[in-house]
Amino acid sequence: MHKVTVVNRIQQTFDNLKAKGEKALIPYIMAGDPSLAMTESLVLTLAEGGADLIELGVPFSDPIADGPVIQQAAERALQSGTTLKKILSTVRSLRIKTQVPLIFMAYYNTILAMGLMGFCKEAISAGVDGLIIPDLPPEESDELYKATMAAGGPVIIFLLAPTSTSQRRKEVIKRTHGFIYYVSLTGITGSQLTDLTQVKKNVQAIQKMAKKPVAVGFGISSPEQAHDVAQFADGVIIGSALVRNIFEHHQDPAFLSNLKVTTRKLKTALASKN
Amino acid sequence: MKAYPDKNGRFGQFGGMYVPETLMPAIQELDQSYQKIKRDKAFQQELQRCLKNFVGRPTPLYFAERLTKTLGGAKIYLKREDLCHTGAHKINNTVAQALLTCRMKKKRVIAETGAGQHGVAVATVAAMFGLEAEIYMGTEDMERQALNVFRMRLLGSTVTGVNAGSRTLKDAINEAMRDWTTNVATTHYLLGSVLGPHPYPMMIRDFQSVIGREARKQILSVAGRLPHCLVACVGGGSNSMGLFYPFIKDTNVKMVGVEAGGHGIKSGKHAARFSGGKPGVLHGTMTYLLQDSDGQVNLTHSVSAGLDYPAVGPEHSFYHDMGRIHYTSVTDKEALAAFDVLSQEEGIIPALESAHAVAEVVRLAPTMKKNQILLMNLSGRGDKDVQQVANMRNIPL
Ligand SMILES: Cc1ncc(COP(=O)(O)O)c(C=O)c1O
Repeated sequence: MHKVTVVNRIQQTFDNLKAKGEKALIPYIMAGDPSLAMTESLVLTLAEGGADLIELGVPFSDPIADGPVIQQAAERALQSGTTLKKILSTVRSLRIKTQVPLIFMAYYNTILAMGLMGFCKEAISAGVDGLIIPDLPPEESDELYKATMAAGGPVIIFLLAPTSTSQRRKEVIKRTHGFIYYVSLTGITGSQLTDLTQVKKNVQAIQKMAKKPVAVGFGISSPEQAHDVAQFADGVIIGSALVRNIFEHHQDPAFLSNLKVTTRKLKTALASKN
Repeated sequence: MKAYPDKNGRFGQFGGMYVPETLMPAIQELDQSYQKIKRDKAFQQELQRCLKNFVGRPTPLYFAERLTKTLGGAKIYLKREDLCHTGAHKINNTVAQALLTCRMKKKRVIAETGAGQHGVAVATVAAMFGLEAEIYMGTEDMERQALNVFRMRLLGSTVTGVNAGSRTLKDAINEAMRDWTTNVATTHYLLGSVLGPHPYPMMIRDFQSVIGREARKQILSVAGRLPHCLVACVGGGSNSMGLFYPFIKDTNVKMVGVEAGGHGIKSGKHAARFSGGKPGVLHGTMTYLLQDSDGQVNLTHSVSAGLDYPAVGPEHSFYHDMGRIHYTSVTDKEALAAFDVLSQEEGIIPALESAHAVAEVVRLAPTMKKNQILLMNLSGRGDKDVQQVANMRNIPL
């Protein structure tokens, strides 16, 4: 029997960034909004603009962790006929062109419906690196974990929230791979982030315990905020703000080149010191 | 038989806690608080007092003599949950959870509602205990249950319309979960059925089991034996589980859960999870779910808002697979006919949800022997549905 060793692009990316003293820019887009062809162009543009890892939302009919912006993006994606299988094909074709780490953000039922083992095998062969499942706490993750082990990936990235107890922090730190997704606020995606001091305190406490990268998401929309968060976090996730931007402007002829500029600005904002 | 759920909140493969990390601590806290009040004498006494003096328990077990004669088979008994304060079984659970909310020192409750019965029951106890309440309701349901929307507002609650997806119960739960995720520090989510993440399915089953405990005692005292068969409608599954659970070890007692067949199973427009669904995860629990092959949740249809939901309580899935409870479905048309039957044979206007159970009784009783007993849970009264039924029949009011 021979074991396939999967080079974990997520880990490698964070290692490289650390060596360069940089922070990770992690944009989130909804796959299939407005179409999967557009998703492919968006991923390439974001990567060219300096995105270090990219989260691809898998649309679900009942996204309980998402605010209106991402809910509506999911509705549009489903209406355009997006399915998990088609997203996997998109990843396959993207992998010919880019090695940027790709992470699926999917609700559990969408991968459960495909079969955990079947999904993991397809995902790893297509080139998906990580999974963020907002409705799968560590307590319920054993079966998916087994499937990822048997298939040789993708890795599961768990979330921590402001409400997480220290016991839960330990559990998540033990189980997460690649990085820890710290939810900056007690709420859903697209809410307004107001209390950065508290975020900083929590992230630093987690970093001290974890010795794993901590990326912060939810409520970060401007380069200024991204800059502030990057002063202490290892990565910054930008979701709703980007999803809204894509929805409002994707028909402009100059949209992709503008997006590349915006992305570059964000990446620069992460790098600049105060 | 082992006691379920296990310590992980599982009924076999079903149940569990599939919620965002933000909510996990709250769910664990709720579990601990529930374990505490379960053994707390003062709490239990206060709950008993509320159930007796405010809800009006025990509810009668009524022998439906004319209906029995007409159908010409089994003796039909009705457990009269329609006589509870606010007109449905829902208040058994809301009184208990409101007391628990006070114990947890939370001042605000949120809830979802389909038919509006749970919403009204929440608004009622919120008024009684001085809690702030916000009720989420799909805009389609607000239309068909306009009377209950007014009742909730009259009772001092905020009713927030949800204009997403099918604009029914499922979408109201999505929105309530988002609110809870945002306001978890101050707010208790007062869920209305044996759904959602652990400990809700267990806790709400326990709170609703008062129905079955009373019914068991009552039938033993009037008939001297247990019923041959129990019948109840199954939306999320709380009135049925409440009736069935205290009989679950009585292996001679058959149990039939009635789901909403809508326009018929073949039409695809229904809410019969055990006819068209397969196991999946929605709203924090693994259970039978109406979904497409990509795992997207299907739109459902039922004339009855309270049964119009794509998933079912996980404990039902467990007893379904085990074969302990039999599930069947009743179409809109059959339920509407049964609505008339009970009104005219017994002088009781049933809720459209409960009319589904009546329809099954109408089918089942004639196939049974005259000395057999059929005990049905009449989960609610039909006043809330009168306007909708008149509309459907083009009768101006
Ligand atoms: C009168 C009545 N019966 C039944 C139901 C269905 O819920 P459950 O299956 O939880 O009893 C409802 C729900 O709104 C209801 O109002």
